[in-house]
Amino acid sequence: MLELRDINKAYGEQRQVLVDLSYRLKAGDYVAVMGDSGVGKSTLLNLIAGLDTPDSGEILIDGVAISSLDDDAATQLRRKDFGFVFQAFHILPHLTLVQNIALPLLLNDASFELVEQMLADVGLAGRGHDFPRQLSGGELQRVAIARALIHRPKLVLADEPTGNLDPDTAHDILMLMRQEIKANGASGIIVTHSHAAAATADYVLNLTKHGLQPATSEHSE
Amino acid sequence: MKTASLSRWLMFGEWRAHYVQLLAVILAIALGVALGFSIHLINTAALNEFSAASKNLTGQSDLQVHGKQSMFDEELFPMLVQYQGVELASPVLEFDVVVPEKLENRRDHKLKVMGIDMFRATEISPDLLGVTEEGNQLDGLSDDAIFLSPAAMEWLQVERGDALQLRVGLQTITLRVAGGLVRARAGQRLAVMDIGVAQWRFEYLGLLSRIELKLAPGINHETFKVKLDDTLGEHYFVTESIEQDARVANMSRAYRVNLNMLALMALFTGTFLVFSTQALSIIRRRHQFALLRVLGMTRHQLLRQVILEGIILGIIGSLLGLAFGYAIAATAIHFLGGDLGSSFFPGVQANIHFSPLAAIIFFMVGMGVTLLGTIVPAWEAAQAKPAPALKSGGEEMAISKRSMPWFAIICLTLAMIFTQLPPVFELPIFGYLAIAQLLVGGVALMPRFAAWIFAFLMRIRGQNNSGAVATLVMARLANAPHQASIALGGVLVSFSLMVAMAIMVTSFRVSVEEWLGHVLPADLYVKAASIGDQGGFQLNEQKALADLPGFARVDFFRSLQLILDPVRPEITLMARPIDMSDPSNTIPMTDAMIASTLLPQDVIPIWVSEAMVDLYGYDVGKYVTLPVGMGSQQFFVAGVWRDYGRQFGAVQMQLTDYQTLTEDYSSNTVGLWLQPGTTASKVESVLRQLPFGDALEISWSGDIRTLSLQIFDRSFAITYLLEMVAVVIGLLGVAASFSAQTLARVKEFGMLRHIGVKRRQILALLAAEGGLLTGLGIMLGFVLGWSISLILVFIVNPQSFHWTMQMHLPWGWLTIIAAVMLVAAAITALIAGRHAISGSAVRAVREDW
Repeated sequence: MLELRDINKAYGEQRQVLVDLSYRLKAGDYVAVMGDSGVGKSTLLNLIAGLDTPDSGEILIDGVAISSLDDDAATQLRRKDFGFVFQAFHILPHLTLVQNIALPLLLNDASFELVEQMLADVGLAGRGHDFPRQLSGGELQRVAIARALIHRPKLVLADEPTGNLDPDTAHDILMLMRQEIKANGASGIIVTHSHAAAATADYVLNLTKHGLQPATSEHSE
Repeated sequence: MKTASLSRWLMFGEWRAHYVQLLAVILAIALGVALGFSIHLINTAALNEFSAASKNLTGQSDLQVHGKQSMFDEELFPMLVQYQGVELASPVLEFDVVVPEKLENRRDHKLKVMGIDMFRATEISPDLLGVTEEGNQLDGLSDDAIFLSPAAMEWLQVERGDALQLRVGLQTITLRVAGGLVRARAGQRLAVMDIGVAQWRFEYLGLLSRIELKLAPGINHETFKVKLDDTLGEHYFVTESIEQDARVANMSRAYRVNLNMLALMALFTGTFLVFSTQALSIIRRRHQFALLRVLGMTRHQLLRQVILEGIILGIIGSLLGLAFGYAIAATAIHFLGGDLGSSFFPGVQANIHFSPLAAIIFFMVGMGVTLLGTIVPAWEAAQAKPAPALKSGGEEMAISKRSMPWFAIICLTLAMIFTQLPPVFELPIFGYLAIAQLLVGGVALMPRFAAWIFAFLMRIRGQNNSGAVATLVMARLANAPHQASIALGGVLVSFSLMVAMAIMVTSFRVSVEEWLGHVLPADLYVKAASIGDQGGFQLNEQKALADLPGFARVDFFRSLQLILDPVRPEITLMARPIDMSDPSNTIPMTDAMIASTLLPQDVIPIWVSEAMVDLYGYDVGKYVTLPVGMGSQQFFVAGVWRDYGRQFGAVQMQLTDYQTLTEDYSSNTVGLWLQPGTTASKVESVLRQLPFGDALEISWSGDIRTLSLQIFDRSFAITYLLEMVAVVIGLLGVAASFSAQTLARVKEFGMLRHIGVKRRQILALLAAEGGLLTGLGIMLGFVLGWSISLILVFIVNPQSFHWTMQMHLPWGWLTIIAAVMLVAAAITALIAGRHAISGSAVRAVREDW
C-alpha cells in the first residue's frame, strides 16, 4: 500500500537526513518507527503525507507517486486516505468535540452521522458539545484519534502520540489507537521514542542513517 | 454543503472567541463608509438643490444668450425675437439687492431679484410668475409690485400688501409685496418683478442679464447654437442648460472632491486596521490553518475561507456604514446646512435623498477596502507550508516576509513621480495617489525601521543590565519587530494624516492672515450697492468722501464680474490705484512679476490671480484680451498675485486705465486711511453725516479680518471632525491589534508567570512595548505627515483651488496630538494586556495553541 523507493532528503548542504531509504508497507500493517532524535522520523512522516518533498526517490501510495502530485492533488489524497495523530493534539479550540471530529468528513463532503458513535468508541460518549478546554490531555488525544479515523483512511500517521501523556493514559490511548486502526482496516505508522508505545505495533522498525531496519524484537498481534 | 458547514464553524468559532477584534474591524469599516457616504449625500443634496434652484431661474428655455460682462444692452433683444428659428425670446434681468434691515448680518443681507417679461415668461418660466390677488391680474405690471417666494417672505417677515425696503446705490426704495410665486423651491429666496419696472426702479435702464430662447420645433439645437454664436460675435455667449449645469458644478467641484477625499481617508485608515487585524488573526491561527491543510484543506479552500471572512465583515461593516452615513447626513444637513458651513451652496435648503447607486458604490468601496486588507494575509496563510507551521515559534519568520522593503521603496518612488504630474480634469488626482503611495510605503517600511531602531537601542543597552522587564521589552522589539509594528499601521496612517492636515490648515490660515493684512491696508472700507452697470459711488459722492476731514488717504475701487468661459463661474475685475514703482506694495504678489520699468511700451498692464494662470493660461508676459469697455481690449500680464478670496480668478488693473477704457468713473468701494489721532466713533459719525451716510456699509479692517478668519475656521470645522474620526479608527486599530497580540502571547505570559514575573510586571512590559512602538510610530508618522503636508500645500491646494501658500508648522498642536496618541496607545495596550493575563498561568501554558 505504501512503497518508499531510494528516498533522499537533506536540509541544506550540511544535514543529510534520509539516504537511499526504501521500504514497503503492506495494507493492514501497523508499524512503529523508532530512532534517535534528529534521525528524520518526523521528516519521513511529512514526506509520506506529501507535506514535504524528497530530494530524490519516489513515494508510492497504492502505486501513485505522491511526489509527482501537485499541491491540490496531494491535499485531496491526504484528505481522503490519511489520518493524523500529533503529539500536541492540535484540536481546534473554538470548535466543539463533534465539530473537531467531523472536520475530515466535512472536507470530504461526507455525512457525519457516525461522529457520535466514534465519540462513544473513544470513550467520550455524550460529550460531543463540550469544548476542548473542558478536556484533559488524554481526552484530547482520544478526540484526535477519533478525528484521524472518522473518515476511514487507508493510512494513519501518528507522530509521538503519547509524548504529552502519563504512562497509564498513554497505554490506554495506544491500545485505543491500535484497536481503532485495526477495526477500520487501516494501516498505521507510529513514530515514537517509547518502547512501550512501539510494543503496541505489529512490528518495529529502527530508522538510522543506513535506512529502516527491523528492530531485534518483533511484536505480533 | 459540508464545506459550507466547515466554513461556518471555523468562522463563527473564531468570531465568538475574538469578538473585540471583530467589532473593531466592523466599526472601522462602518465609520469609514459612513463618513464617505454621508459627505457624498450631503454634497449631492446641496448641489442638486443649488442646481435645481438655478434651473428654476432659467425655466424651460432651449438656449440662453449671455454677455461677457454681467449686463448687456437690450438692443440685442429685438434682433433675437426676429432671428430665424427662434420661437420665443424672453428677456431676463437678474441681480442682487441689499436689504437694509438685514445689514447686521454681513454674510446674508442680499436678495436675488429677477426682472421678467410676465407675458413671455408664461411660456418659458411659468414657475416664476407672480400670483396676483384675484381680479387684479394686471397688478404684476404695477410700478411698485414685487413678488416673493415663500422662503423670501419668511426671511423678510412680510406678507402680501406689506411694504418692502430695498437698497439701490445710495438710495432706499420702497416696493409693495404683491403676492407669491407660482412655484419656488423650498428655501429658495427669490423676488420677481416686471422687467421694465425692475430696470427703472433699480436703475438698470436698457440692460439685460440674459435672453432665454425657445426654438421652433424641428430646429437642431447644436447647429442653431453655432450659427447664433457666429452671428452674435465675441461679446456674447450662447449656452445650453448642460453648460449651466457644468458651471454650477464647477463652482463647488474642487471643494466637494476634496471633502470626499478627506472622508475617504478615514476609510483608508480603516483599511490598515482591517489589514493589521486580519494579518494578526491569521498569524495567531497559523497552527489551525496548518492542521486544516494537513487534514486535507486545499490552498484554494483556505484562501477562500479567509477571504470569505473578510467579505462577511465587509458586508456587515458596509451595510452598517450606509445606515450610519444616511443618519449622519440627515443630522448634519439639519444642523449645519447643505454646505456644512462652508458657504459653497448659499441660499438652498437641501434634503437628503437615499441614492441606491451611491449606496452601491460606497458599499463596493467598503467591500473593496476590506478585501484589500484581507487578501495579502489570506494569500500568505494559504501559501504557508503546513509541516513547519504546525510547530511553534515560526510566527515572526512568517510575518517578516511582510516587511517588504522593495515594495516600500517602489511605493515611495511612485509617490515622488506622482507629485510631478499635472492635474487630471483640474483635480489633483495624482496628488492624492502620491499621498496614498506615501502612506502605504511608510507602513510597509515600519517593521524594517522598527528593527533598525530597536536593534540599535538594544546594542547600546547591552552594556548595562537594567532589569528583566526592560530586557524583555527591548529583546522583543529588537528581535520580533514585525508582529509588534503591524499593530501600528492604523496609528501611523491616522497620525500622519492628522499631522498633514494640521500643517496644511495652519499654513493656509497663517497665509490667509498675512494676505488679509496685505489686501486690507486701509483702516476702514465703505461700500455702496451697485446701480446697474455702474458702481454705487458717482463722482460727486466720491468728491464728498475725499473731502471729509480726518482722513490721510482715500482710495476708490471699482470691481465687476466678467464671464470668460460659459462653463466657468465669473471672474472678478478689480480696478484700483496701484503703486507702479512697485506693485507688490499694493497687491500680494507672488514671485512671478515683471518690474514696471521692464514693461513693454504702450501696453496696459494687468496683474492676475494664480487661478487665472491655471484656468485661463494667463502667464506673466502674455498678451490677453478681456471684455472691458467698448469691445475687447488687449492687456499685458505683468504679474501674478495670491488671492484667497476668489478661487475662480481675479484680475487687477490701474483704476485710471479702467476709467480711460470704459469712461466709467463710478466706484463700489472706498478705502480710507485715518489721520493720526482720529477716533473710530468720530469717523463713523462724520461718514453718517454725509447726505448718503445712512446707505453706507462701513467695515473696519480688523472686523473684516476677524470675520474672514471666522469663516475660514467654520469652513475647516468639518475637516477637524473627519480627522478626529480617522484618529479614533487608528486607535481602534491599536486596540484590536494589541489585543490580538496579547492574546496570541498568552502562553508566553503564562510561562513568565511560572518563572516568577509578576502580573504588574507583565502589564508594565505591555505598556512599555505599546509606548515605545507608538513613540516610533509618532516619529515616523511626523515625517510622513510632514511629507504629505508638502503635497497638500504645494500640489493639492494649488491644483484644486488655484492658490499657493507658505508652510507653517503648528508645533504646539502637533505636540498635543502626539502626547494624546502616545497615552491613548499605552492605555489601550494596558487594557488589552489586563484581559490577556486575567486567566490562569497554568492553563495558559497548557493551551493547545
